[in-house]
Amino acid sequence: MHPPSNSTRRQFLGLAGAAAVLGTAPVVTLRPAEATPERLASAIRNVTGGAAVKTGKVKLEVPPLVENGNTVPLTVSVAHPMAPEDHVSSIHVFNEKNPQPNVANFHLGPHAGRAQVSTRIRLTDSQKVVAIAKLSDGSFWSASVDVVVTLAACTEEVI
Amino acid sequence: MRFLGAIAATLLVVGAVGAAEIPQADRRSGYSFMKPDTKTMQDDDTANPGMLWVLNGETLWNRKAGAADKACADCHGNARASMKGVAARYPAFDKATGRPIDLEQRINSCRTNHQQATPLAFESRELLSLTAFVARQSQGVPIETGADPQLAPFVAKGRELYMQRQGQLNLGCTNCHDDNWDKRLAGAAITQGHPTGYPLYRLEWQSLGSLQRRLRACITGIRAQAYDYGAPELVELELYLMSRARGMAMEAPAVRP
Amino acid sequence: MASALINVPARAKRGDIIEIKTLMSHIMESGYRHKASGEAVPRDIITSFTCRFNGAEIFRADLFPAIAANPFFSFFTTVTESGKFEFEWIGDKGFSETASASISVE
Ligand code: HEC
Ligand code: HEC
Repeated sequence: MHPPSNSTRRQFLGLAGAAAVLGTAPVVTLRPAEATPERLASAIRNVTGGAAVKTGKVKLEVPPLVENGNTVPLTVSVAHPMAPEDHVSSIHVFNEKNPQPNVANFHLGPHAGRAQVSTRIRLTDSQKVVAIAKLSDGSFWSASVDVVVTLAACTEEVI
Repeated sequence: MRFLGAIAATLLVVGAVGAAEIPQADRRSGYSFMKPDTKTMQDDDTANPGMLWVLNGETLWNRKAGAADKACADCHGNARASMKGVAARYPAFDKATGRPIDLEQRINSCRTNHQQATPLAFESRELLSLTAFVARQSQGVPIETGADPQLAPFVAKGRELYMQRQGQLNLGCTNCHDDNWDKRLAGAAITQGHPTGYPLYRLEWQSLGSLQRRLRACITGIRAQAYDYGAPELVELELYLMSRARGMAMEAPAVRP
Repeated sequence: MASALINVPARAKRGDIIEIKTLMSHIMESGYRHKASGEAVPRDIITSFTCRFNGAEIFRADLFPAIAANPFFSFFTTVTESGKFEFEWIGDKGFSETASASISVE
């Protein structure tokens, strides 16, 4: 896969000896400025162009209590037909507190048959996750979930 | 630090009376402590990221290597038949060195002796892939490690290491994994520490890792100096843990938080 | 040595909605981590994943550093004819991998 990553991993592992960890990553993560709600709002505006976003249609599934913030399963589905004249054209996922508000954009079309995507994401901390769907008529729909990350993914200070 | 200190203090008190072995009927794989999503990730071969290494291991199994220009497959044929149940017997007694060796070391001894190639580094992608591919062939097979009487003194040494208090926190493995397996440490379930799933994909690592890597993390956690990869102590600990889990089903490549 | 794990049903009936699952091995180094020395570890992620069927794009994802290592995707498509799915992952440092899978539709 990525043989070159071994060298950095070694350095990280070396560090773990000093940092001492049970269940935390052997890496120091200096927390950069978090994605503020304003940054989240502006990332959403980049997608919607300022159009109104209605609540509904979208279902966002994330475990309410996450076992490890490094790998969080996420599924977004939209209860809407997938017909050539009326369908979901894209799904966008955002978060509130990671260093960057964008998580992923998914571009679909009527041939998808079902507007549903799953992936795995990182959450540095307990926070809100937002999913927004864009329909072919130009309207936007959303859902959000508050996720509790029991052990922050990358901090050494916790323990 | 503060937090683990508090935990350690509680464990120390319990530990003074505890250190009892878990009755056979109460043994539980780390799997049973996981949330449903994490279990699904392990159960579905098409979603289990550990399968990326298994797939890569299969490619390496068939690739010629070393001065002997031989592939694993040239001597061992189809791994599904030849390697079935093998990982469930490791660490095993190695006649050449008169000591137990784990599966990684066994594969490396084939690399050096039979392929005449350089040994693969611990935790390298190649060694993890080959180990995962070999271990995958034992999925569902009950662990048999430790049946060989020649291993007895080494199992005993491993047990001693497991019981012994060490590190700044002055904790033994047993204080967590036998006495407090039903409790939580920070957010994580402590579990009984059974090595049924290795090599496994740890969400924390975002990678596959060996049992030795997991043990080193636990040793570091109690603020003791972790043994180097391949150290006899680590192999003895692996041996004790596997024989302690005898009869439990192999799960590699498992997923853990 | 990249490797991909693709799950596409080998056959389906015309008009079926099928699920496609993919895993690609990649570290997804976020660019927000630092070494012990304080030096930032440069970003190294997959930025785009595309699935085409018989040449036409049917699904595309833009990835950001918040996607976990070894990116996993599951999505759906309606099958109307036999053919070939092609998958493409593109990322930092010139990362580019492809994989394909065939389906027979009756
Ligand atoms: C030239 C033939 C040859 C090649 C090539 C070879 N092996 Fe072996 N392997 C053996 C023999 C012979 C044994 C039995 C023990 C011994 O004498 O080393 C063995 C034993 C093993 C065992 C232990 C089996 C058991 O029941 O305990 C494993 C695991 C193994 N090999 C894996 C591999 C892998 C993985 C590769 C490729 C990296 C490989 N071997 C390449 C000949 C080979
Ligand atoms: C302070 C308590 C504590 C001590 C002491 C401790 N561990 Fe652990 N161990 C844990 C926790 C907590 C986990 C689970 C962590 C996780 O998955 O996030 C764990 C996980 C494990 C696992 C992985 C089990 C699986 O399902 O894959 C093994 C094996 C293990 N420990 C062995 C050991 C050994 C050997 C020692 C002694 C050298 C030891 N532990 C000492 C707390 C401890």
